[in-house]
Amino acid sequence: MKKRPVFMRKFTDRLVKVASVIAALVGIFFLFWILLVVVTKGLSAFNLKFFTDISLDGEKGGIANAIVGTIVITFTAVILGVPAGLLGGVFLSEYGRSSRIGSIIRFSSNVMMGMPSIIIGLFVYSIIVYNTGTFSGFSGAFALAIIMLPVVLRTTEDMLSLVPNALREAAMALGAPRWKVTLHVLFRAAKTGLITGVLLATARVSGETAPLLFTSLNSYYWPAEPGWHFWQFFNSPTANLTVTINDYAMSPYAGLNSIAWGAALMITAGVLALNITARIFFREAKK
Amino acid sequence: MKNDIKGDIKISVRGLNFFYGSHQALIGNDIDILTNRVTAVIGPSGCGKSTHLRVYNRIFELYREQKASGTVMLDGENILSADVDILELRRKVGMIFQKPTPFPMSVYENIAYGLRLHYKLGKGEIMDKVEKALKSAALWEEVKDKLDRPGMALSGGQQQRLCIARAIAVEPEVILMDEPTSAIDPIGTAKIEELVGELEKKFTIVIVTHNMQQAARISDYTAFFFEGRIIEYGETEQIFTKPANKKTEDYITGRFG
Repeated sequence: MKKRPVFMRKFTDRLVKVASVIAALVGIFFLFWILLVVVTKGLSAFNLKFFTDISLDGEKGGIANAIVGTIVITFTAVILGVPAGLLGGVFLSEYGRSSRIGSIIRFSSNVMMGMPSIIIGLFVYSIIVYNTGTFSGFSGAFALAIIMLPVVLRTTEDMLSLVPNALREAAMALGAPRWKVTLHVLFRAAKTGLITGVLLATARVSGETAPLLFTSLNSYYWPAEPGWHFWQFFNSPTANLTVTINDYAMSPYAGLNSIAWGAALMITAGVLALNITARIFFREAKK
Repeated sequence: MKNDIKGDIKISVRGLNFFYGSHQALIGNDIDILTNRVTAVIGPSGCGKSTHLRVYNRIFELYREQKASGTVMLDGENILSADVDILELRRKVGMIFQKPTPFPMSVYENIAYGLRLHYKLGKGEIMDKVEKALKSAALWEEVKDKLDRPGMALSGGQQQRLCIARAIAVEPEVILMDEPTSAIDPIGTAKIEELVGELEKKFTIVIVTHNMQQAARISDYTAFFFEGRIIEYGETEQIFTKPANKKTEDYITGRFG
């Protein structure tokens, strides 16, 4: 049998190594390019008014209402989606692990995770916006909660599955009922994983645009002005960063374009901050 | 089976069968466990000794496919019957596992947690009971200054004694030990063995062990399991010096297992 020459083997080895390094560099190259563009164009939009004002007067305007709106919408989505996701994950991991209903839920949430978010937006439009007759911040939060739900559910299941069975048995053997075992022992053992999962899911939905186009829409006003009653969030369009980007980026006015870049920087910074927090949490946990 | 055990019976097992799905792991086990004695359960890997132990507190029920039949009388009550209060059963029958399993909380909380599960106590009472349990587990001197440190931060042997303290804090009557020293270093093992001798005064102890010297050192009675059956059961001294069964003799002399 004829052997391949050594230099050829070495060459192929080199080639694969160099190619994979280049591919990896291309990946982060685009990340940094995006960051560079967003930061340079976004920073030029930043001034005090940008953060405090809601006026529409291009150059002088601000997006304070959209910043508050995005925070309120995302926060509401977390309140709606996270408890349901956590409990669902508990069911999959602790009660229905090998049951038929468990595998149906698992499969469904995998499908839901792959569902384009615009379809979730359309769905919420048809069940809430259409029936209430108005766009609303709440319907946007509801759409984001639906997007979060399967993500939180699956991470919860995965994180609880990582807790060794020995710990479950030890807690049960002490005479703890199952729910206490889960809440007091397993949740504590999986705490950082669960927090990381929730933070990443939050980061993901806070940057969603498509589902908000059909639900929260956008507004030039505060989500709830002093004197205006609270229900505004439930019965009128609510300003938010991503739809603001969508609206202003397509505007013919350079001033509004610039505000769109500023909003893009805001949302990027927010998502980045959530991701970094999640990482720090995870690293702390490993120690 | 030779069974000439006499004394105050704590647990009386008759016709115990156990199934992992369709695989039968225990076949017609009969055994009487004596009050305030240490009973060792020995046998080769896969003989069913751990499985047998895990029936006494019904911990096997965590796994849907595992089933037990027969009777296990604890103080005259069949613990396998459906109307047994399982949480109270597990208070009465504590368990120590192969690997130490401290909860992800402080040393203090590890013990207080079990106490709060079963008793309504004031803060001071809990502290007293935590201290008492740690003293009984010969751990107090080592941890009295780090009660608020995580239980996981202790050494392996200390963690195991913490688990023992946690188990005895809820005032059980029986303590099951499933190879409690197999993951512990020799010094830690010696401490735990010594502790077992102390605990015997107050509790009925059933200990599964791979280590025959350990069984000989710490137990009063020994049961030899083989392929799901109890081959021989009697006083430890008699089992180790003049076993009645050829299989027992082969095992304790190291011819197999």
